[in-house]
Amino acid sequence: MSFLLLFIVIPVLTVIGIFFSKSHMQVKWTAVLGMSCQLITAGILIYLFLAARAAGNTAEILFSQDMVWYKNLNIHFFIGVDGVSVAMIGLTSIVIFAGIFASWDVTDLPREFFTSLILLSAGVFGFFISLDLFTLFLFYEIAVIPMYLLIGIWGSGPRHYSAMKLTLMLMGGSALIMLGLLGLYFNSAPNGGPLTFNLIQISKVAIPMPAQRFFFPFLFVGFGVLGALFPFHTWSPDGHASAPTAVSMLHAGVLMKLGGYGCYRVAVFLLPGAAHEMAWIFLILTTIGVIYGAFGAIWQKDLKYINAYSSVSHCALVLFAVLMMNQTAMNGAIMQMISHGIMTALFFALIGMIYGRTHTRYINEMGGLMKVMPFLGVAYVIGGLASLGLPGFSGFVAEMTIFVGSFQHNDVFHRVATIIAASSIVVTAVYILRVIGILLMGKIKNPEFNHITDAKWFDRMSVVTLILGITAIGLAPLWLSDMINNGLVPVMQRILMAGPVIH
Amino acid sequence: MLIMRHELLLIAITVILLLVEIFLPGDKKSRVITLAILLMTAVLILGFVPGPSGTLFGGMYQTTALISMLKNILNIGALIVMIQSADWLRKPENKEKISEYYILLLSTLIGMQYMLSSGDFLMFYLGLELATIPLAALAAFERFKEKSAEAGVKFIFSSALSSGILLYGLSMIYGTTGTLYFAEVGPAFTGTPLQVLGFIFFFAGMAFKISLVPFHLWTADVYEGAPVNISSYLSVVSKGAAAFILTILLFTVFSKIALMWSNVLYIIIILTITMGNLFAIRQQNLKRFLAFSSIAQAGFILLGIIGQSQYGMTTVIYFVLVYIFSNLGAFGVVSIISNRTGCETINDYDGLYRTNPRLAMMMMLSLFSLAGIPPVAGFFGKFFLFAAAANHGLYILVLIAIINTIISLYYYLLVIKAMFLNRSDRPIPKFKSDFYTSLGLILCLAGIFAVGIASTIFEAINGLSFGLY
Repeated sequence: MSFLLLFIVIPVLTVIGIFFSKSHMQVKWTAVLGMSCQLITAGILIYLFLAARAAGNTAEILFSQDMVWYKNLNIHFFIGVDGVSVAMIGLTSIVIFAGIFASWDVTDLPREFFTSLILLSAGVFGFFISLDLFTLFLFYEIAVIPMYLLIGIWGSGPRHYSAMKLTLMLMGGSALIMLGLLGLYFNSAPNGGPLTFNLIQISKVAIPMPAQRFFFPFLFVGFGVLGALFPFHTWSPDGHASAPTAVSMLHAGVLMKLGGYGCYRVAVFLLPGAAHEMAWIFLILTTIGVIYGAFGAIWQKDLKYINAYSSVSHCALVLFAVLMMNQTAMNGAIMQMISHGIMTALFFALIGMIYGRTHTRYINEMGGLMKVMPFLGVAYVIGGLASLGLPGFSGFVAEMTIFVGSFQHNDVFHRVATIIAASSIVVTAVYILRVIGILLMGKIKNPEFNHITDAKWFDRMSVVTLILGITAIGLAPLWLSDMINNGLVPVMQRILMAGPVIH
Repeated sequence: MLIMRHELLLIAITVILLLVEIFLPGDKKSRVITLAILLMTAVLILGFVPGPSGTLFGGMYQTTALISMLKNILNIGALIVMIQSADWLRKPENKEKISEYYILLLSTLIGMQYMLSSGDFLMFYLGLELATIPLAALAAFERFKEKSAEAGVKFIFSSALSSGILLYGLSMIYGTTGTLYFAEVGPAFTGTPLQVLGFIFFFAGMAFKISLVPFHLWTADVYEGAPVNISSYLSVVSKGAAAFILTILLFTVFSKIALMWSNVLYIIIILTITMGNLFAIRQQNLKRFLAFSSIAQAGFILLGIIGQSQYGMTTVIYFVLVYIFSNLGAFGVVSIISNRTGCETINDYDGLYRTNPRLAMMMMLSLFSLAGIPPVAGFFGKFFLFAAAANHGLYILVLIAIINTIISLYYYLLVIKAMFLNRSDRPIPKFKSDFYTSLGLILCLAGIFAVGIASTIFEAINGLSFGLY
């Protein structure tokens, strides 16, 4: 049995444990226990993976296990990891661990809340370890659907509307994906032989170009919806603003990465010919997305909306980098996913904590919070600086890599797109610094805020975990970057083989 | 004897129930429920014992391993409906009619099984009528209720009309081919204009039974008026049987005009799925809601037929099996709540999770299965149906169908929203389900999970449907 199965077994066991828990506290501690195990398992996985690579194991996929599921259709339960998915698993386990602590004060139906949250994470883990397109899709949907209940029951504001909008848009995306996967499946053996959903096997097949052209938009847009591809991003601000803290964290931090990862792993990797041809269309869209998200964030007054729009901008940058289709930019894309995942989770956690104390999310009503809650204030500044790409934090490493990679294209179109996208950094700095100024500095506007207390122990747990993640990547990016590069090599070979040589 | 074992067993237990009805004293009538369910369980289990295949009555009756399995699937559905009816039958106003209910139900089941086993159109028609007429009596079972009586009348009229149309088509087919035997009609059916006309009438008649658009208009009214359990029986077992026989006939008898009927199906599928879904959005009454959702589901079933392959046949059977469990799960919840409280609209379900969490969970999983959300079986059923159609190159049709699953997800989520998200001042009070209701729901729940994850079921069906197409 593969070691990776633990990533699905642990959440399932945790859910069963939660089901049999007697009290509110027991539910929470079961969740903590389960997700700590998950975090430790992820740590062990990273260690084992690096050790195996250091020992000279150059197989494309490690820890793989292949079980036949539906024989007639050649559907397998095929799991395994490469450097990229190991990194994504690490990200997910950090965010879900922090998310449990960030939702410590959920009092309404706690059992159901943690069950849905952990089921969601099980879907995400399953997605990242799947190498069979059928199971990949199955886990993708499992990850999306608990969102409806999580936002609808425990959310705030127009939560019914947001939950419905988010669910339908994401499931609409998955409808496109389903069609694309069927297309891949029925074209997976153009020279005869059994059809397959096996991702690695399909990647070695030259799918006929007409089929590639037909199915690439479905797959890219389908995953792009979850990756907040402009103009399919509109679920994101509403959804994130209405969702409860931990759900925003998990959603912006991890679930949106499913979209980016899917675009990279399925759409571009399996249909590289069409990707080369059509990249320009989506490059325009993502460039608009980067700028649009950043300007959108400037206009917002609600902290959650600010962060949601900033997520749109950052996630568009991920897709932007994926479409550049060279090793450096791809590496940057993965780095950006991880960096943004942790960073935005930190932001949403802090916003949730601030809201829990001030009962408002409008920045105009706040001010001088640094005086009453120095811990959260400092954490917010750290998150902000990481978000605007200050060296020393993960954001800088990721964005730097992306722009270096995309500037390697020396034609006008790519250069212009890169320059426009890079200018978003300035806009990001504007809204981040502006918010920090209004929110934390100056005088306390509302006298009631004088009685606010600083972070409790569970808040600190959550925040510290995430900040450790950001700084670890920022200060020592090479091990992560190497691991990702390692996973990217076979992918890039395949992509470059299919398209024009890029300098 | 053994060739006809399914039907004979059912006839036997029908006769037993009749005798019990005569000899059992009036105050012990409710024991019939347990007896009927036990007998039906025995029939179901015996049905799985492999038996010989062959033909009887000079080829009018035939059975194969595949047909036996189809009958078993119908038996499963009927058994669950019988279990779910127990709570409703115990009501004082129904106590007198328990055996009648089961006898009528079993006779329709016998009709369906003869229909599946038919080797010629005469037998097919006899089975169809035997399956239909008792259903009209069942739809009007709560005769003291105006709506139920209305449902019965509507059902008998519409099915009489559809049977007439079907017979008219059969007469044309008979006139042009000179035979009623499937095996002989098939080769003689070359697609002359009169034959095509006959086929169209035949297809329209079947479309009434499966309630395909534009022959669906009776569905919502009958489902709303009939007792909930009868609606569920109509939507699952009756529809499943008609879909099975239609698939078999299209693949065998009408295989020579496959190009033509697949074009017809193409349009009918789009119409059925889209209309069913769009109308379902507007429904407030849950029975009407499930009626329109079942119309849409019928359209999905046809996707497997249009795949025109052994694999397509497998997916049809598999999807009907999945659909039996999912739809009966949803109807089971509606039935118990309607019996206990009389509430049947979506608004009445506000806050159901907080008072009756188990029923709400069951309803949610059933609806997810109907919508095709993993990990429940509906996802697998839908995915395989889409794959069957995509295998035939019908990507545009598949895209339309997939978009429709999103529309269907919307209205299924509306019910889930009422149960989980909404709060109510006067929620449905907490109540305890009786043994049979729980048993019925647990069976559905087990089915919803097991059928999807256990791939052996799919493979077993696939193994049997080999050679049909």
